[in-house]
Amino acid sequence: MSADVTKVDQTGEPAAAAGTASGPPVGGAAPRAGGLAGFLSGPAGRSAGLVLALVLLIAVGVITAGDRFASPENALTILRLGSVIGVVSVGMTFVISGGGIDLSVGAIVALSSVWATTVATQTMAANYHWIVMVFAAILVGAVCGLVNGVLIAYGRIAPFIATLAMLAAARGLAEIIAKRRTQIIRERGFIDFFGGSVLGIPVLVIMFAIIAALGWVLLNRTTFGRRTLAIGGNPEAARLAGIRVQRQTMYLYVLLGVACGIAAVMIMARTTTGTSTHGTLYELDAIAAVVIGGTLLSGGRGTVVGTVLGVLIFTTLTNVFTLNNLDTSTQAVAKGAIIVAAVLLQQRVSRTRST
Amino acid sequence: MTNVVKRFPGVVALGGVDLEVRPGEVHCLLGQNGAGKSTLIKVLAGVHEPNEGTIEWAGEPVSLHHPQAAMDLGVATMYQELDLVEGLTVAENIFLGHEPTRLGFSQRTSARRAAAALLARLGHPEISPSAEVGTLSAAACQIVSMARALSRDARLIIMDEPSAVLDAGEVDQLFRVIREVTAQDVAVVYISHRLEEIREVGDRVTVLKDGRTVATGLDAKTTPTQELIRLMTGRSIEYVFPPKAEIADAEPVLQVEHLSRTDEFSSVSFEVRPGEVVGLAGLVGSGRSEIVETIFGARKATSGTVRVGGRAVRGGSVAAAVAAGIGLCPEERKSQALVLDHSLAANITLATLPRFSRGGLLDGRAEVESAEELLESLDVRPRGVHRESRTLSGGNQQKVVLARWLLRGCKVLLLDEPTRGVDVGARSEIYALIRRLTDEGVAVVVVSSEIPEVLGLSNRVLVLADRTVRHEGPADELDEHAVLDIILKGDAA
Repeated sequence: MSADVTKVDQTGEPAAAAGTASGPPVGGAAPRAGGLAGFLSGPAGRSAGLVLALVLLIAVGVITAGDRFASPENALTILRLGSVIGVVSVGMTFVISGGGIDLSVGAIVALSSVWATTVATQTMAANYHWIVMVFAAILVGAVCGLVNGVLIAYGRIAPFIATLAMLAAARGLAEIIAKRRTQIIRERGFIDFFGGSVLGIPVLVIMFAIIAALGWVLLNRTTFGRRTLAIGGNPEAARLAGIRVQRQTMYLYVLLGVACGIAAVMIMARTTTGTSTHGTLYELDAIAAVVIGGTLLSGGRGTVVGTVLGVLIFTTLTNVFTLNNLDTSTQAVAKGAIIVAAVLLQQRVSRTRST
Repeated sequence: MTNVVKRFPGVVALGGVDLEVRPGEVHCLLGQNGAGKSTLIKVLAGVHEPNEGTIEWAGEPVSLHHPQAAMDLGVATMYQELDLVEGLTVAENIFLGHEPTRLGFSQRTSARRAAAALLARLGHPEISPSAEVGTLSAAACQIVSMARALSRDARLIIMDEPSAVLDAGEVDQLFRVIREVTAQDVAVVYISHRLEEIREVGDRVTVLKDGRTVATGLDAKTTPTQELIRLMTGRSIEYVFPPKAEIADAEPVLQVEHLSRTDEFSSVSFEVRPGEVVGLAGLVGSGRSEIVETIFGARKATSGTVRVGGRAVRGGSVAAAVAAGIGLCPEERKSQALVLDHSLAANITLATLPRFSRGGLLDGRAEVESAEELLESLDVRPRGVHRESRTLSGGNQQKVVLARWLLRGCKVLLLDEPTRGVDVGARSEIYALIRRLTDEGVAVVVVSSEIPEVLGLSNRVLVLADRTVRHEGPADELDEHAVLDIILKGDAA
């Protein structure tokens, strides 16, 4: 038995030494600095990895498509194409960071665009101001998000299921309202404003930039963002620290709903239409951008910068493929490969962190 | 088994255990919470592999490296936390892992028939083999779990507190079955806190304390109760508690009045004055944690009120409790208190975010400064506010949780197992910290499985048994034996 006694002493430190020797954590718990994996595991490193991927893509674009790719016009085209899904993705970053998921974003975009372009709304807009259409779209998005949020936070329905139901219902409702027809926007003021440019930069791109910046501040520099990450990281700990987890969860879906409403305004401006087929498969594009950006799908860690880079990577990829006359099916395959590669990398990184 | 040692990172769960079980006997394991009983049975069941020591089966050394290896030898285990699959039927659960099959197809009919026979043998023919386990009561689940152990034709059945959820009649049934199987030379290792049961069904007793065998082969019928308690409580480690503070005759800051929650605890009342420490002593399952969580609003009371400074706190809302000045260091630090991937600073300020907010914007510098100050004053090591909280040892993690409530400046602090998984050195630091808090006038409620800790820290102690308060009195008038006595008698009542 005497051998066992010494063992106990080795593990439990003697009380006298306690003041000074609570000791470093056992077994290299600190993330190892240095080395590529160590660098990549930091937030800056992760973004650097994404930037590198983007640079590689651009290089491929320049080599294969030359000046057609490397022109200011094309750069703006890429940004304009990415702006709509970008706004949705920034919103999605919050929901996923908070431990949720939203499959209904595309459907909400469709419903918002349809509702904001009905004869009734457009008549009102003609009588007052085109801003009515903007409010209509955002309000519809917010209400859809509120329904999602209430069902998930207070109805305790799994986010996957609740938003799957919203996906079906919102798009169905959009079809009913639009009678499966494309609604043309007649409000010139609306199209001129959102379709225009300021100092050569399209308004849509400016909107995306502003929303991304606001999103970054909200996630990283506000109590709202901190609460979001806390409920995503450990909802029980957040609850026992006095955070109103249910309310916060609901807010996240409302926030994403509003982002969808704004995205609807943007897509309306780009296409000058509202239709129930707007935003198809946005849920997949947005989730993909968020995940390859480095936001943990299980919640607790989120990065708006990563999401923006993720969106740019996908949009540039599409652009390069289009310029090289490759079809959308090939694009889809490449997208799938990128998602898998990004998630595999993310797992490796989180494993080096947890050991 | 001889001299079995099991170490986990940072803890020695078993530090030399000897146990010898004869065919056909009921061998009882006795020991306090944390004495290593659960680890020991997991070693026997092949869940954990021991680091040292040998296990012999019928004279041959064996290696139980996997649960299947233990099962193949004939060891069946009924765990305390039931390991049934809720979505499957009773019969499917009983034969899980060894379904009767023919040509790879499971024989559902014969499984159901065999399950029905087993349940009848256990005196519960009313449990339908095709019922879904999720729909059964806790007691019925226990029966199913037992049927599963029997279904394996085991030579040794380990029962970890099987009577905890059974009523008197069901316990009698259980004992009848135990006698039946032991008559067929099957050995039973029986774990219970209830001395009465051990006397009734047991043959021999082994007492564990702090992961070691302190006595083995005692006669279950004749060994005096006093002797058993002495063996369970005699300590090898002495903790140093700071001297207790004098309590001024002030108005109580926390008043708990007839607090009840169905099936968890009933009519708990007590008061805590500023600077006072009130301890809740009781076994696991006595409702200790449930009581503090209810005071904290994490559970909703069925009846009763909680007042802070004379004002009733809205029940069932953590936010309301926190606003009223209550803080809780929960039992499970990692799953309930910390966001492990987040920095120490973020974890410390989690309950005080509005203080660092200007119109919603976080003042990151002020946040980091406050956190740094606290880490320094609590001597959290390693330092570094940006370090992820998962990288800290248990004691330092606990200090971070305490820092969260220190920062908030609570009037009432509820500490649930404040030193679980904390090494000896950090323990005394945490004790000193509690004393520092009471000097500042904080009212503290301490829950601990370790009776000496409750007695050493508290001014007054409430002893819980059978989900209610059995005794309330000054800590000085109690010792470990007296508390155990109250608990064990209460349980038997």
